[in-house]
Amino acid sequence: MSGPAGNATPTSATPTARPRRRPLDASLIVGIALVAVIVIGAVLVASVGRNFFSPGNIRDILTGMSVLGFVAIGQTLVILCASLDLSVPYVVSLSSLIAADLMAGDPANIPLAVLAVLAVAALIGLANGLIVTELRVNGFIATLGTGLIIKGYLDSSYKGTSGDVPWEFQLIGATGLGPVPVSTLIMLAVALGGAFFLARTRTGNHMFAVGGNEQVARLSGIRTARPLIVAHVLCSVTAALAGLLLASRLGVGSPTVGTQGGYDLLSIAAVVLGGTLLLGGRGSVWGTIGGVAIFAVVDNVMSVMQVNPFLKDVVRGTVIVAAVAVYTSRSLDRRRPRFGGGSGATTAASPQRGDREEVQA
Amino acid sequence: MTAVTPERPSAGRRLAGFARLLVSPRGAVFLLLAVLLIAITALNPSFAEPGQFIRFIQRVAPVAIVAIGQYFVIVGGEFDLSMGSVVTAQVVIAGNLIGQDDARSVPVLALMLAFGALVGLVNGLIVSFLKVPSFIVTLGMMLALLGATLYWTGGAATGNPADGFRQIGRGGIGDLPVIGVLPWSVLILAVVLAAAIWFARRPFGRTIIALGDNPVTARYSGTRTWWVKTSTFVLSSLSATVAGVLLVGYAGVHPSVGRGYEFTAITAVVLGGVVLGGGRGWVVAAAAGAFALEALFTLLNFAGVPSTYRDAVQGAIIILAVAYAATTVSARRRGRALEAPADAPSPDTEPSPDTEPSPDTTPATGPAPETSPAPTAKEPDPSPDPARPAPIPSTQRADNETKGGS
Repeated sequence: MSGPAGNATPTSATPTARPRRRPLDASLIVGIALVAVIVIGAVLVASVGRNFFSPGNIRDILTGMSVLGFVAIGQTLVILCASLDLSVPYVVSLSSLIAADLMAGDPANIPLAVLAVLAVAALIGLANGLIVTELRVNGFIATLGTGLIIKGYLDSSYKGTSGDVPWEFQLIGATGLGPVPVSTLIMLAVALGGAFFLARTRTGNHMFAVGGNEQVARLSGIRTARPLIVAHVLCSVTAALAGLLLASRLGVGSPTVGTQGGYDLLSIAAVVLGGTLLLGGRGSVWGTIGGVAIFAVVDNVMSVMQVNPFLKDVVRGTVIVAAVAVYTSRSLDRRRPRFGGGSGATTAASPQRGDREEVQA
Repeated sequence: MTAVTPERPSAGRRLAGFARLLVSPRGAVFLLLAVLLIAITALNPSFAEPGQFIRFIQRVAPVAIVAIGQYFVIVGGEFDLSMGSVVTAQVVIAGNLIGQDDARSVPVLALMLAFGALVGLVNGLIVSFLKVPSFIVTLGMMLALLGATLYWTGGAATGNPADGFRQIGRGGIGDLPVIGVLPWSVLILAVVLAAAIWFARRPFGRTIIALGDNPVTARYSGTRTWWVKTSTFVLSSLSATVAGVLLVGYAGVHPSVGRGYEFTAITAVVLGGVVLGGGRGWVVAAAAGAFALEALFTLLNFAGVPSTYRDAVQGAIIILAVAYAATTVSARRRGRALEAPADAPSPDTEPSPDTEPSPDTTPATGPAPETSPAPTAKEPDPSPDPARPAPIPSTQRADNETKGGS
């Protein structure tokens, strides 16, 4: 919460004392939390006479991860830029409907449908990004608004489930390599892509800068609009991937599948659970995957223990707050070094200098 | 965006302060509300009758009260997403604990207020002391509270409070000369609004705004940050409680009552020109935002728009309203900086480092080269200030170090 002015003096005074403890607070603490949750979960599951590490159970957990994982990867990028995307559940629903409608049971239509879904999602993301950057509307409000607009369209155009997904496409949601579902593998591949994007590309690096302090980023010669727009586009695209996956699992498109999952708030919670700062500028895709995994494990343990579905929400809410409290208590005073361990940020130098000259001219 | 710029000063000159207030983000919501009300009246003249109008106010009352509560949290720089769940929980508590026994109304009402205060206290203390972002805390509270409420009721509508209690939301003072019935909820709204205005003018209320604007300076000037922050959450939960009491009578007992209220309240507050992130806004405008939102729905009803499009229109309106506010703020900043460059910069640049980029980026792309140099040239000026230089160089250095080092 405390602004840059508050942190300035300690940071500039002790830049060398920090790094020794820094590695603990990034993705590692998420990993530790995940391991702790798995151990507790395994003990609890064992106490009712079931095996947490059975292939079936692991498959359940990984399956539970994939949809939220897709959404959360995109949400990570948006939150890194200090924005939010509340329109994801409606994008998820819309993509599942478009995909199922366009496929119409014919495997030949699959490529076209997938492309159309991704294009529509990219357009929505572009609209979000432009509203945030050009109209200077807070991301919370902008995406709440576009989400409502999509919801209005969904509610008035679709009365219920629609379309028909061919079996070939349903296989994506149904098959797996051993205990690992294909959908989770795709999700992890997208996560790898996202991590690569953040670490190795110029726009990815600029996302950290823009999210950390937009004004400083601008003064350093970054065109601040572009990373934000790209983040919003990518977020909508990953939400569309989640919608495609859900369509493949359900076999039809559904106008309520996104809102039922509560993907807007849960993805934000997963991102924050993964150690990404809600204020932007710091975080990682792998942390987010860890956060999603924590959610999946907690859900799975509660399912195995047959917890009342309403009590699950109570546990979920408590876990979110408690976990984030643990992170913040550890890493609050060390949020200034944003580039954890200097993992990436290589190629940015020369093109960035070009930008700077442009600004000065 | 750029078309607004030349118009603004001339309109301000012609109609002076009042027009400027109406067009400014602070007053725009009242203009919007007036336009909506006139449009409704044009479509349906009976709406303007006092009795009908009072009913409209009665319908808005719960939303407006929730918006007033949310206002304090937002202007203090936080979010409260748990309000909808608090409303639901309070409605279910009233339905189950009061039952058909009128005598229990008062104790249960006290219990509800205590429960509301407790929820706000927990939210506020976690935000203040565990440093968890309020978005996450209240999201967790929302999930937990709703889950607990549904667990308690088994997910179904249960309980039905005594009619005496329901009269608070439903009944009113009858047989009045002009308006017929003065509903209790309108009275309660008036009392809450008056109390909120009074509270916002008190030093404590101003401290909330100061905290939202810049928590660091607020802390340095001796604010007990945790207490101020916590009290905003207590206020918002209490207002959700009051809204719950009204909704018991108006809408009945159902676990879905109150769902989505947090976003409605945030929408109303933002529509009222209150800046997300804190520090700017007027409580009356927040309440007016709730009225404008409800008037919009009423208008859509009368205009025969299918209810499914309500959401779409609501979404479009809030984006436009906030975009309008954002672009007008930057336009006015620019205008004022040109009018009075001598005294304007110092109060302008210091409290608003985040909104400052807006005047620059806008003209940089648009065809307004005359105005852009002024703010851009002003940009480096604050850096020599004792307050500002530390963060900017240090962050820049941090960025450069990592970029060059790896």
